[in-house]
Amino acid sequence: MTQQKAEPAEAEGRRTGSSVPTSQLDLATEFLDRTTPLGRVRQALHRYPALSPAIVIVVAVIVFGSLNPRFFYANNLSLITQQVAVVGTLAVAQTLVILTAGIDLSVGAAMVLASMVMAQTASQNGVPAPLALLIGLVVGLAAGALNGVLVTRLKLPPFIVTLGTLSIFLALTLLYSNSASVTGQSMPDLITSTGNTFNVAGVNITYGVVMMLVLYIIMAFILNTTAWGRHVYAVGDDPEAARLAGISVNRVLMSVYVVAGAIIAVGAWIQIGRADAASPNAGTDVNLDTITAVVIGGTSLFGGRGTIWGSLLGALIVGVFRNGLALAGLDVLFQTLAVGILIIVAVSIDQWIRKVRK
Amino acid sequence: MTLTDPEPTVSDPRGRKPVLEAKRLVKTFGRVVGLDGVSLELYPGEVLAIIGDNGAGKSTLVKCLTGAEVPDEGEILLDGKPVHFRRPQDAREAGIETVYQTLAVSPALDVASNLYLGREERRPGILGSVFRMMDTAGMRKRAKEELITLGISTLQDVTVPVENLSGGQRQAVAVARAAAFGSKIVVLDEPTAALGVRESGQVLELVRKLRDTGIPVILISHNMPQVFDVADRIHIQRLGKRAATITPQSHSMTDAVAIMTGAAQV
Repeated sequence: MTQQKAEPAEAEGRRTGSSVPTSQLDLATEFLDRTTPLGRVRQALHRYPALSPAIVIVVAVIVFGSLNPRFFYANNLSLITQQVAVVGTLAVAQTLVILTAGIDLSVGAAMVLASMVMAQTASQNGVPAPLALLIGLVVGLAAGALNGVLVTRLKLPPFIVTLGTLSIFLALTLLYSNSASVTGQSMPDLITSTGNTFNVAGVNITYGVVMMLVLYIIMAFILNTTAWGRHVYAVGDDPEAARLAGISVNRVLMSVYVVAGAIIAVGAWIQIGRADAASPNAGTDVNLDTITAVVIGGTSLFGGRGTIWGSLLGALIVGVFRNGLALAGLDVLFQTLAVGILIIVAVSIDQWIRKVRK
Repeated sequence: MTLTDPEPTVSDPRGRKPVLEAKRLVKTFGRVVGLDGVSLELYPGEVLAIIGDNGAGKSTLVKCLTGAEVPDEGEILLDGKPVHFRRPQDAREAGIETVYQTLAVSPALDVASNLYLGREERRPGILGSVFRMMDTAGMRKRAKEELITLGISTLQDVTVPVENLSGGQRQAVAVARAAAFGSKIVVLDEPTAALGVRESGQVLELVRKLRDTGIPVILISHNMPQVFDVADRIHIQRLGKRAATITPQSHSMTDAVAIMTGAAQV
């Protein structure tokens, strides 16, 4: 009986922060509870980094939908998902790298290289389609491994490494393809199948979009429930602490870049389906678009903080803004302007959230 | 080169076997002699402090014991058996855990994740073996039990990110991590250097509790009052050698400083 009484009393004390003098943590909780409503918002955003992009996309959809009802038309929603598929897929790779406090400027170039290899081996060298995809995957893995080796062995900053490999992959693509595109008709069906659609409630969904979503589900699972996922966060958060805890920082970094390479290869396949062609000049801005998606999605450029779902929301936000502003009759320049403002707002929010850390 | 081992000034009063023993360790860096035949004994259930001036070889000695450096000569015995640590991981696997002054915890991860960082446990069955899922609930439960065993009552909620904790609490997490999982010896390298007075007190309290649970502790510190407060024996390094091993009862703080600086000999 006495015990039953004691428990609610303690819970009460914890909530109001008035009693339980021995407990330091309750003092800390009390301090947090005492903060302003704004402080609480900050605390919530700190705990759930994907919250702010989730709010933004809901508001954006409501606003653009009320500005122009055509926004909600099935073919328009279908178009948005298709436009988001490639950037969204590569944003998975970009998120992994950024979580380790790195950055990958070469995602787009590596994707184009892999897509040219897939398309050209299948259409011109008579390689069977599944094997061509596999060769493309190997190219993606090799590109990721090159980045990983340069970051972990030569200890170069990821920004510099991928700035260099961006040019290298671009040059390799042009050399390999003789600057010529490969059309969809000249490729086996399997290679372009990611652009095929099926119908869900009137909305046409491409298989590429489905593949992107599956990638998000897999990566969310890995990051949240496996030791490797936790190590990715730990390495980005504080590499020295991770090393002292017995984590091989270089091995984690290397694996992140290699996994990113595999995801980039999947992105290459989706890109071919989306464009119904493989062009050496495609995806020049994709690297920046993925960084935009990741940053708007609430992942910190300083590493160790963020969620994979935030990046999907980030990619969708960019897609929705571009589409919605176009439907609202605004010039394309305003789309770019809006994306720029979004980035700065997102990073400002991140900085503000990070101030919770004492 | 023959090295005479200076006899320990205070031998173990109860005649126990040392848990960890270093015999005549020599470590040179080019022409600089870091360790010049240092011996050290750590007995079960004691706090052994290591003090010494800068350059006396404290760090090198501890690095040799924790696998961060490999001694040129001499041997290290753990439970009476020779061990050869090539890297810190070897020492850790042998049961020697080290806590560094730099508050080496991952700020964004929660308390339980930090305790299990680098040795996450997987769920039983196919979920763990094929899907590699971590046993998050189980780790949180055991982390909580571990904290209660160590008497760290201030860390009730193991799901709080470590960055929301005070410096003393963060160091408590680091110490708890070192003490958990059946470690044999905990080495604390200047654990209070980055902390305030009150927080240092919390960490020292934890050191005592650690000893009371039977885990011997090696404490490296510059802070004489702290050392005399918490240590059972004090190993004094001077010029790469062991100048003496004293106890807070046998010598005063002034004596210790005198031995450390060479003003007095034992």
